[in-house]
This record gives sequence, C-alpha cells and structure tokens, in this order.
Amino acid sequence: MNKTNEKGMSLIVKTITRLTVGIMLLYGIYIISHGHLTPGGGFAGGVIIALSFVNLMLAYGKEVTLKKLPKGVASFFEGMGAILFLGIALLGFTGGYFFFNFIAKGEPFRLFSAGIIPLFNIAISLKVGAGLFAIFISLVLLKIEAEKK
Amino acid sequence: MKLFVDIIPLFVAVPMAGAFLIALVARKIKWLPALITNIITIGLVFVSFFAVKLINIHKVLVYDVGAWKPPMGIGMVLDGFTVFMLTTVNLAAFFVAIYSINYVERFTSKWKFYTLFLFMIAGANGVVITGDIFNLFVFLEIASIASCSLIAFGTEKHDLEAAFKYAVMSGVGSLFILLSIVLLYSYTSTLNMADISNVLAQKDPNNIILMISALLIMGFGLKAGLVPFHGCLPDAYTSAPAPVSAMLAGAITKSLGLYAIFRIFYNVIGMNQALSSIFMFFGALSMIVGVILAIGQWDFKRLLAYHSISQMGYIVMGIGLGTPLGILGGLFHLFNHSVFKTLLFLNSGSIEYATGKRDLQKMGGLSEQMPVTSGTCLAASMAISGIPPFNGFWSKFIIIIAAVQAGRYGYAFLAVLASILTLASFTKVMKYAFFGKLKDGANSVKEAPFLIKLSMTSLAVICITGGILLAPGVYEHFLKEAVDVILEGTKYSSVVLQAVLK
Repeated sequence: MNKTNEKGMSLIVKTITRLTVGIMLLYGIYIISHGHLTPGGGFAGGVIIALSFVNLMLAYGKEVTLKKLPKGVASFFEGMGAILFLGIALLGFTGGYFFFNFIAKGEPFRLFSAGIIPLFNIAISLKVGAGLFAIFISLVLLKIEAEKK
Repeated sequence: MKLFVDIIPLFVAVPMAGAFLIALVARKIKWLPALITNIITIGLVFVSFFAVKLINIHKVLVYDVGAWKPPMGIGMVLDGFTVFMLTTVNLAAFFVAIYSINYVERFTSKWKFYTLFLFMIAGANGVVITGDIFNLFVFLEIASIASCSLIAFGTEKHDLEAAFKYAVMSGVGSLFILLSIVLLYSYTSTLNMADISNVLAQKDPNNIILMISALLIMGFGLKAGLVPFHGCLPDAYTSAPAPVSAMLAGAITKSLGLYAIFRIFYNVIGMNQALSSIFMFFGALSMIVGVILAIGQWDFKRLLAYHSISQMGYIVMGIGLGTPLGILGGLFHLFNHSVFKTLLFLNSGSIEYATGKRDLQKMGGLSEQMPVTSGTCLAASMAISGIPPFNGFWSKFIIIIAAVQAGRYGYAFLAVLASILTLASFTKVMKYAFFGKLKDGANSVKEAPFLIKLSMTSLAVICITGGILLAPGVYEHFLKEAVDVILEGTKYSSVVLQAVLK
C-alpha cells in the first residue's frame, strides 16, 4: 500500500481507503466473534471481511491486493472453511449425534459460550469471505482477459 | 440399533466431505480426485444396500440432527421409499463414476468435475433423506446449482447457452417451490413434513392448499421436466458431458422432481381424485409429446433427452393412478428407467469418445468396430422399448395392466402407443448408428477403453436381469416397502412422529 503506486484511483481515495480498511476488517471480525450474541454471524461477517479486500482492490488496483491475498490463498481458505464446518459437525459424533453441540455451553451472553456455534461462525466466515473475494477476483481477471482480445 | 441409525447422515456428509477434500487437497494430484470419488460412490452403494436391510427390520428410522427432537429440530427420515430412491441414485452414480475415469480425461481441471459431481450426489441424497421441507429445498438447490455448472463444463458456446437456460428454468422452479414452502409454513407454523401433515389433517380444507399444490406441481414439474415444463432439458442433456447427462436423467430429475412431488402429495398433503387426474394427464401428455418429438431427432443425445421426458411420463402416470399396482409399476419403471437411460447416455458418450460424432446420419456400421457399445446399446434399446424379458417390459406391462384394471382404457392405449413409437425410434438408432455400411474414414475407430466398457456391461446386465426384482422373495424386501410407504398416505405423519419417540 505504498503511496507511489501509479495504478488505481486518486490520492484522496487511496488515503481514505488506507485509513478505513483496517477498521472494516476489525468490524467484520467483531461481527463474526459476536455472532452468537448479537445480530450478524459468520455470513455477514465474512461478507464484511471480503468487502474490505474488495475495497482495497477498487482503490489500489489488482496487483497490490493480489500480493496481499493471492488467488491460491483465497481458494485455500474457501476449501478450509467448508472442511472445518463439516469437521466440527462430524466431531458431534463423539457426543452421539451429527451436528451435536459437544463443547460445554458456558454462561449465556458471554463471549466464550454457546459451544460449537462460534466455531461454526468462524468456519462459515472463512468460506463466505474467501468465496466472495474469489468471485470478485474472477470477475476482474476475466474482464482484463476479455480486453486483451 | 443406535449404532445403525448413525449411517443416515453419512449419505449427505460423506460425498460433501469428499467434494471439499478434492477442492482443498487433491487438485494438484492428477489421479486422486477420481480415486476419492469412486471410493465414495462404491461405499454409498454398499451403505444403501445395508439401509435396505435395515428398513426390512425397522420399517421407519428417524435421525435427530444435533440431538434436537423433530418436529422442533431437523429430522432425517429413512423409510421404504427413501431407501428405494437412495439405491437408485447411488447405483447410477456408482456406474457413472467408473465411466468418468476414462471419459473425463479429455477435459482440463478434472478435479472440478469430480467436486461438482460429488455435490450433485450429496444434493440428490439429501433431498431424498431429509424429513424437513425447508431442508429439502436447500439440498434441491445444491443439486441444481452443481448440475447447472456441470452442464456448462465444456464451456463451448452451446454448453453455456444450455446451462443458462437450465439456470433460468430451474431458478424459476426453485422460486415456485420456495413460495409454496413459505405459504405452507405460514399456514401450518411448522416445517417438519410429518408435522405439516399432522397439522393439515386437523384443519378444515382451505383454498390455500390449492394454491400450494399448484405451485408445487409447477416447481417440481420444472425440476422433473414434465411436458409443459420441459423446455430446458433437451438442450441441457445434449450439451452436457455424457456422464453428466446420464446422472441428470438417471438420478437428478428423479430425486429432485419425482421423489419430492410424490412424497409431498402422497404423504404430506394427501392425495385425492382431482390430483390423481392431474398427474395422469401430465404423465400421458409427457409420454406422447416426448416420444413424438423424439422420433424425428437426428442428434443421438437429443433423441435420448426427449425419450427421457417420455419415460418420466410413464412413471408419473403409473404412480398418479394411485392403485397399488399402478404405484408398483411406476416405482419399478423409475428404477428401470434410471438403469437403461443411464446406459443409453453412456453409450452415446462412448460413441462420441470414439468418433467425436453425435449425428446419427454421420455414423453407421459401428457394430464391427465397437462391439461392446453396440451390444449394450441394443440391450438398453430393447429395455426402453419394452421387449421381454428386459426390465422395461415388466414395468410398462404392470403400468398398462394397472390402467386397464382401474378402467382407464384411454390411458392404457396411450401407454401402448408410446411404447410402439419408442420401439420405432430406437430401431432407427440401431440402424443408423450400428448397422449398415461403415462410413468413409471410420475404419480407424477403436472401441472405448476398459473402464467405460466395464460400466456399460454391468448396466446392461442389470437391464437384462432387472425383472428379478419382482420375483417373490426379492419383491418383499425392496419394491414392496416403497409401495407401502406411498400407499399409507398421510398416515406417514403418525408413523414418523411415533418413530421419533422411540
């Protein structure tokens, strides 16, 4: 995110983006980690995280963003999120049932409570965030390839 | 008992795990995706056979997902009809998976094919096994989206067009289904199918049920490809790679369309005379229109696609009759159609693999060059045209007898007529593709590789011996259980809700 990079939008947009991207990312993480307590959850938080990277791409162009989060990494996280989700669901068999909430549920309305629900939220956010970002990347790359022809 | 119930979620969880694993780990290693897929499909076939045995003892098994008891939690229901469909779907998937090992070689990024293929199986199994109507919708979408991307797998111009058509039509179908689920939920305040049936039985008849029924028939009709709703299917079957067409015809339209429509109308909403007439009308219409459109086609796969629509008509007409014999004939034809239509699509794929052609006029004399393909195609053609002793004969025979017994002579006549026209069009296929003179430049054509031959031969053997399912001693264990579940009608709710308490 250096200022000298010629690609992308104007200096004003770049500066504002630089200031806000971190906040957006943090807000996404907040939504995910409080998914079992407040409105929101894995899906909404994942979308917000993906949007922070999309924002970066809009302001700085694709080279800078793909250096921060390459295609391969995004697709790895997508698969990882799905495997995690299914893995936790299958681990429920240790308690006797598919999708069984096998972790101690803790005290209601505390951050560390509700057993496997926060873990599911994290898995979903990985899948949704990486998936949405991958869709955006493919749209961008396909457009560039179409222009080349 | 407790231990065996645990196999129920595996029908969905295992193919999904396989798909995710392939996408994550196996994409770099060339031979691994095919291996994983084949291990999973063979495992699913064995688990299905085991489930058939389990149902013979227990009749109905309900699985509480996450230890939440239905109707509050999501339940998975295993009964006679479910295991019948699971066996049909997984058997077709198994043979298609073997066939794909050789066939998919010509595509790049094979792992994508296998990932989507496993998603398709997971969706089809999920639709069949779930006892919750919204869950049914979710699995339906998984299977539809996976099949839509598989239709576009060749990424040629016509593939993309067909996939787009399929996406629009199946999206409209899903919307109808979702709307009907919303209306059902607002009317009954529950999503569990057994509980919906229970609540509906206690309420007075209401016009909203008519609306819901109409929406459901349109939605699932679009998924199954019955005649007024069949627009996207011929294109989709023609453009998709042969294993995908085989899966679509052999498993997806059956579990997504026919299973769901009959489960909901017979077991949840409850059947009546008017609905029965509607089903029989749509069935007969599909039967006749499908076969008339098929007979003039020169594209092999398009011809098969129209025949698929026509044979679906037989199934709907048989089950729509509502008599025990009609339901038996319809279900048996569903199984048989899954076998021989899978085989026919695999045959077309094997011809395309060897010669690169789909146009019947440009083929000819292939029986010398491709004896296995020719022989298995002959078996499947005889089965679909209803020639004894092939399996298609028995099921068509039962449907016609059932129509005569119910006094529906017109429908019986139409069924016979459609069968004769089917025979005519498959005579044409055999004559133009396999017999006659060899076309110039076809001397170098070689028979397809071993695994393709293996898969086709095994399916042909099932085509010839399929009638054995009606034999006493076998019939009670497989078909009768499924017929009983449909016949018990809305008693389904009390049976399932009692099984929950066990």
